[in-house]
Amino acid sequence: MAAKRQNIFQDVAALAVGLRTTLAEAFRPITTVSYPEEKSPRSQRYRGRHYLRRYENGLERCIGCELCSAACPVGCILVIAAENTEEHRVSPGERYAKVYEINMLRCIFCGYCEEACPVQAIVLGPEYELSDVSREKFIYTKDMLLEPDPRSGQQEPVRVGLR
Amino acid sequence: MTAFLSAPNPGGLYTDPFWHWVIVVVGMLLVLFALLTASAYTVWFERVALGRMQRRPGPNRVGPFGLMQLAADGVKLAFKESFAPRGVDSILYVLAPGIMVVAALLSWAVIPVGIWYGFSYWIANLNIGILLILAVSSMNAYAILLGGWSSNNKYSLLGGLRAAAQLISYEMALGLSLVPIFMIVGSLRLQNISTYLVHAGPVGLPLIVVAPVSFLIYIISAVAETNRTPFDLPEAEQELIGGYLTEYSGLKFVAFYLGEYINMITVATLATLIFLAGWQGPFLPPIFWFFIKVVAFLFMYIWLRTTFPRLRYDMLMRLGWKFLLPLALANVVVTAVVVVAVT
Repeated sequence: MAAKRQNIFQDVAALAVGLRTTLAEAFRPITTVSYPEEKSPRSQRYRGRHYLRRYENGLERCIGCELCSAACPVGCILVIAAENTEEHRVSPGERYAKVYEINMLRCIFCGYCEEACPVQAIVLGPEYELSDVSREKFIYTKDMLLEPDPRSGQQEPVRVGLR
Repeated sequence: MTAFLSAPNPGGLYTDPFWHWVIVVVGMLLVLFALLTASAYTVWFERVALGRMQRRPGPNRVGPFGLMQLAADGVKLAFKESFAPRGVDSILYVLAPGIMVVAALLSWAVIPVGIWYGFSYWIANLNIGILLILAVSSMNAYAILLGGWSSNNKYSLLGGLRAAAQLISYEMALGLSLVPIFMIVGSLRLQNISTYLVHAGPVGLPLIVVAPVSFLIYIISAVAETNRTPFDLPEAEQELIGGYLTEYSGLKFVAFYLGEYINMITVATLATLIFLAGWQGPFLPPIFWFFIKVVAFLFMYIWLRTTFPRLRYDMLMRLGWKFLLPLALANVVVTAVVVVAVT
């Protein structure tokens, strides 16, 4: 598509084509997503904030195996396991996670912990608006990550990526 | 009010020796205020129009439709630290933006603005109005050159030199493009030129109909004189970091920036007064026609900025000297022949 430039009229015509193009663009709709009012759509498998899931009967799924911590490429998950006793049973299994913390400032939201978990306890949900005001507040503890008991009737947070 | 401000023989309060000066000073302050506000909103208009032509909204967060954006920017720039780099010529460093603003505002002393039917306003009714404007706008070359040189920075110096060469090249084409207008109207007084209509039968037509080549040369030269794209090599960010503006920040930068936009408004106003019959138009009051025409010109400036790539320096000089200047001279000769033949 060689531009022919034999005479001055074609040059001026080329200038006019440029002007017409920009003016036409001015009347087309803007493509910007005005952030707080509109948000970009997220896919089904969007990797956002983590959740620790439970079974239907209220027991936690997490068995404290620390596979998520080993799989994490950044090393932002801290798991300290403890034995389940008959009086105090938290998860169906021998162990449960007594301490479960994720440092959200280090997390890269890759989803390896979700893939590594053998009981589908840790999942990544769709929530991404996680701004906060101090670094200490970004260490999410187990009670911040654990989703509510399904028997209690509390509204479940939105989760995607169930297996 | 009409009694003392209409031309050419203002009577009443205007001729009283004391009140004359009160009116003139109040008028100057009004024009100053109006012009600074107008240049701020020209920047807003440019940012919104550039955005829309690039499929994005432009400023829309500060105030309704982003109208307060420039106020916020002005406050921010005013609070910046006022420093001078080491080794600058301190007098010239501070003087250069001052010259820019003075040169931009001084042209408005002779520009008439039509406000209501039979009532137009100006500060000075000078018989060589346009000559004053052309002379004063040449001072912009001083501002840019001194700003570039006094910054003690190679890139600023190069930018300043390029700008000065560009400005003096296009000044001649600018002046020559207006000479046919003077020949047709017979006067340099802006009040006469802006109310002149070419009569073709019962209809009065603006001067653009009889001087289209003049209009074209005027547009190109004026865009080059105000250092706007496609002729903005002096402030090209990709080549010269900021050109003559590199070492300026805070209020001195505001002075250069606003000076450039006031120059744009001056050029747009002159084009409407000279070529598009000023404030005359069928149904609306004159102030609206004036406003609409000036805004249409400013939109054209912005449209040119969005569309065209920058001219390389040698292309720019070649255009000014080898194309526009001969064309302007030929235009003068042809118009002179036609004017003599017709009268």
